[in-house]
Amino acid sequence: MAFVSETEIRNLQKRHRKSRLFRRLCAGITWLSIALLAVLLIRIGMDGIGWLDWQFLNSFPSRFPSRAGIKSALVGTLWMSVLVAVISIPIGVSAALYLEEFAGRGRLARFIELNIANLSGVPSIVYGILGLAIFVRFFMLERSLISGALTMSLLILPTIIIASREAIRTVPQSIRYAALSLGATRWQTTWSHVLPASFPGIMTGVILALSRAIGETAPLIMIGALSFVAFLPQGPMDSFTALPIQIYNWVSRPQPEFHELAAAGIIVLLVVLLLMNAAAIYIRNKTERRLK
Amino acid sequence: MSAPETELQRNHDEAVLELQEVSVLYSGKPAVKKVSCQIYKNKITAIIGPSGCGKSTLLRSLNRMNDFVDGVSIEGRLMFAGQDLYGKDVDPVEVRRHIGMVFQKPNPFPKSIYNNIAWGPSINGYTGSMDELVERSLSQAALWDEVKDRLHDSALNLSGGQQQRLCIARALAMEPQVLLMDEPCSALDPISTAHIEDLMFELKSRYTIVIVTHNMQQAARISDYTAFMEMGHLIEFGETDQIFTRPNVKRTEEYVTGRFG
Ligand SMILES: Nc1ncnc2c1ncn2[C@@H]1O[C@H](COP(=O)(O)OP(=O)(O)OP(=O)(O)O)[C@@H](O)[C@H]1O
Ligand SMILES: [Mg+2]
Repeated sequence: MAFVSETEIRNLQKRHRKSRLFRRLCAGITWLSIALLAVLLIRIGMDGIGWLDWQFLNSFPSRFPSRAGIKSALVGTLWMSVLVAVISIPIGVSAALYLEEFAGRGRLARFIELNIANLSGVPSIVYGILGLAIFVRFFMLERSLISGALTMSLLILPTIIIASREAIRTVPQSIRYAALSLGATRWQTTWSHVLPASFPGIMTGVILALSRAIGETAPLIMIGALSFVAFLPQGPMDSFTALPIQIYNWVSRPQPEFHELAAAGIIVLLVVLLLMNAAAIYIRNKTERRLK
Repeated sequence: MSAPETELQRNHDEAVLELQEVSVLYSGKPAVKKVSCQIYKNKITAIIGPSGCGKSTLLRSLNRMNDFVDGVSIEGRLMFAGQDLYGKDVDPVEVRRHIGMVFQKPNPFPKSIYNNIAWGPSINGYTGSMDELVERSLSQAALWDEVKDRLHDSALNLSGGQQQRLCIARALAMEPQVLLMDEPCSALDPISTAHIEDLMFELKSRYTIVIVTHNMQQAARISDYTAFMEMGHLIEFGETDQIFTRPNVKRTEEYVTGRFG
């Protein structure tokens, strides 16, 4: 390279070296975490796979490992996720839309914003205590599905709001101006353009938040979800159990068979989570394609 | 056309918008200072001036798009059809329905071509035939022939020039009384620009157009009236011939002849 001086070349080589080093470092860390995850999954798989059969999915818990299953826990978890979605999505997305599209940048808006950010960092057990005091005791909803779902909704609302706001913020301002300049109200602009354009991002955030709700144990234990449920909940007021609780319960028993059952339960929980994430990706791709 | 005839005709031009000492302030800092002039019906008015002089600010104040900017305030009066646009009982949504806007960068909705046109009228309670309105608007914007076979394709697949004409068609579908355009050709090639200039000539018979442009030739070619602004002040306003051939103010002459600095 005749047009580059000696020092420039040396300088350039140094920069390239740094860049390579950094890339290798990042790749190394990535692979390490993937390897750790793989080890974990393989161990759980080896422990639990032998127990995974229709009988396991279709039986209630039992004192005898060979007869124990996760039917009530799985159904409880599905109930929970539907209820939590129904409660938290409308509230969370509305709040995000309000904060982004209507609230302006006043003191109050900033105060609310700060609080939401703080709330998302509160340990889940605290939400459990809150749920116990408010929903179980004060509103006398008992140790029911709806108490659990409300508590979980509180827990994931900050996450949904923050993720939805991020998504809403990526909608170009020019789209809003285009709509407003046609004599649309703020609401018409939001409903017809901002919401559809941010929908894929909102969905992603919502499903990630829901996955968190499904995996959480502490708040459910706090509000007193049962761990031995030999019936299926018929409605939101029924008492219930959920996958993480059942797993927790099995893990804390001394017999090794129950530990293997717990591993099988974890596999089921992981499959549910993976299915949800797959659904999120599917919905996102589909709506994104429609927008483009 | 002989000169006296022009004079006569122009004297009868009817004002649709009248600015009375309009000032626009951003957080108390004036960007437009006491501008007074009239916008005439079925004419094209060009706003020219150096960058940052307040052209866009002034234009946005004409259909209250400034309302969406934080910390903006406006002084003076802006009369439209006998009403102050900033009067207490005026709904800004209604204002924007009657005074349309085309932006500098084409900003089609990420929807089909058809829905880009149809959305505005449908939310405003249009009850006629939507297909006809879409065809009419696209034809007025000289885009119909190019897109008539793919009305349900995404508008984002159009070229930049086509997108801008789509945005014009979208504004026209509302049948506004005034059409505001902020440098509508600045992102376009000469052919698309010529297209849009031709278009404005055609539209003049039905609409009143206010256009911000940095292109002196464009202003001279297409406009009937020209407003020259500098640092928020309206330096000179007059018929385009006069502004470009015998301006009254020295600054105007320096600017339009390119001896600027
Ligand atoms: N949102 C805003 N907040 C604060 N000041 C602004 C805002 N928009 C514009 N200004 C200021 O107001 C003045 C006029 O801006 P404006 O955009 O109207 O200029 P312009 O004549 O359109 O310029 P250009 O030809 O570059 O588009 C500038 O000094 C600009 O910095
Ligand atoms: Mg501008």
